[in-house]
Amino acid sequence: MLKIKEYVKVNSLEEAYELNQKKSSRVLGGMVWMKMMNRSVGTAIDLSGLGLDTVKETEDEFVIGCMTSLRTLETHAGLNACTDGAVRESLRHIVGVQFRNCATAGGSIYGRFGFSDVLTMFLALDSYVELYKGGRISMEEFAEKKADRDILVNIIVKKHHQRSAYVSQRNAKTDFPVLACAVCLDEEGMRLSIGARPGRAALLKEKMDTPVNKKDMSAGEWNRQAELLAKKAAECVVTGSNMRASKEYRTHLVRVLTKRALLAAGGMENGN
Amino acid sequence: MEIKFILNGKKMQVDAAPDLLLLDLLREKGCYSVKRGCETANCGLCTVLMDKKPVLSCSMLAVRADGHEIVTLEGMQREAEEFGSFLADQGAEQCGFCNPGFIMNVFAMLEEMKEPTEEEIGEYLAGNLCRCSGFMGQTRSILAFLKYKKEQREGGSDR
Repeated sequence: MLKIKEYVKVNSLEEAYELNQKKSSRVLGGMVWMKMMNRSVGTAIDLSGLGLDTVKETEDEFVIGCMTSLRTLETHAGLNACTDGAVRESLRHIVGVQFRNCATAGGSIYGRFGFSDVLTMFLALDSYVELYKGGRISMEEFAEKKADRDILVNIIVKKHHQRSAYVSQRNAKTDFPVLACAVCLDEEGMRLSIGARPGRAALLKEKMDTPVNKKDMSAGEWNRQAELLAKKAAECVVTGSNMRASKEYRTHLVRVLTKRALLAAGGMENGN
Repeated sequence: MEIKFILNGKKMQVDAAPDLLLLDLLREKGCYSVKRGCETANCGLCTVLMDKKPVLSCSMLAVRADGHEIVTLEGMQREAEEFGSFLADQGAEQCGFCNPGFIMNVFAMLEEMKEPTEEEIGEYLAGNLCRCSGFMGQTRSILAFLKYKKEQREGGSDR
């Protein structure tokens, strides 16, 4: 059972940061994961009074407050228009609406959970986290970092001329993914993120021609490219076994889901 | 910590421990429709409305209800009776244990969507588990309820 000695709804990020320097302190997200832990928390720090629960859209980026619920992201018109609905697709399979109304974007990203659909999705986008002391760092760098005592304030998604897709495989609806795959094609090339390996999501970047940056690419050519990239991903993305699936099955899924996501993002029919 | 919130239309003022969960507070206050069906934030039985949005009361600290409005099935008896008759007509449920959380989420869905399709219903209610049924009766009863409500709005129901 989760035990909490003291609860503080902070009035500023500075207050949250200071309280969080103690090892026994914990910043609260939506608590859907934390409440299942068997641990004692000295001070539970609640950021929900700081107005960090909205998505702000500017000319060139989206700024997502750490306390924004997954449901708010899922139903955000601007973010979904920019990602071809990939954000919605990455979230809608997570348990249920009630759960997604509680779970927060900041909590999901900060936890850097192996099973995270959210981290898988954002890693494929040109995204950043804004830390109270650490400033803006790329999602890629953050995903590899160990947890420290900083405060995750915002998640930033840069707008590009891009096409995205998200696909996941689950043993049962609303369960954790067995494997998750997010793809984003932009001006430079491809960003592919594979999650639930079952380790933390990993990113594969490739500067290359795609139907997004090379207008005259034929369907046949992209199909061949997608095939090659999928094979490459299956070779270099490290997978493992757990109660949900074996390493071999996951590697097979890396190839299949990568190809499907690439074809979908490239604006072409599923080639399988 | 002292908190103030509105429970089913009534002002409440309670002293809540920092780790008291909303679910336990609500049951303490006599809202026995709110149940803990799992320990993993998965079953949806503990669903209540917080400022009209469905949330899992099993995962929410009671202190976080401070300043908010909470509605449980106890606060929606009339609506529940009306919809409940549609569930009964379809023989949708057997044990009924999951019913309160399910009904609260149906109301939340209807607050967001006027005429959800069968697919949208399935997606919205995916977080409400029923271990007796295959959800078909529930889906039929919602579709019948929507039809009845639409006819009522258009003034042509004889029910």
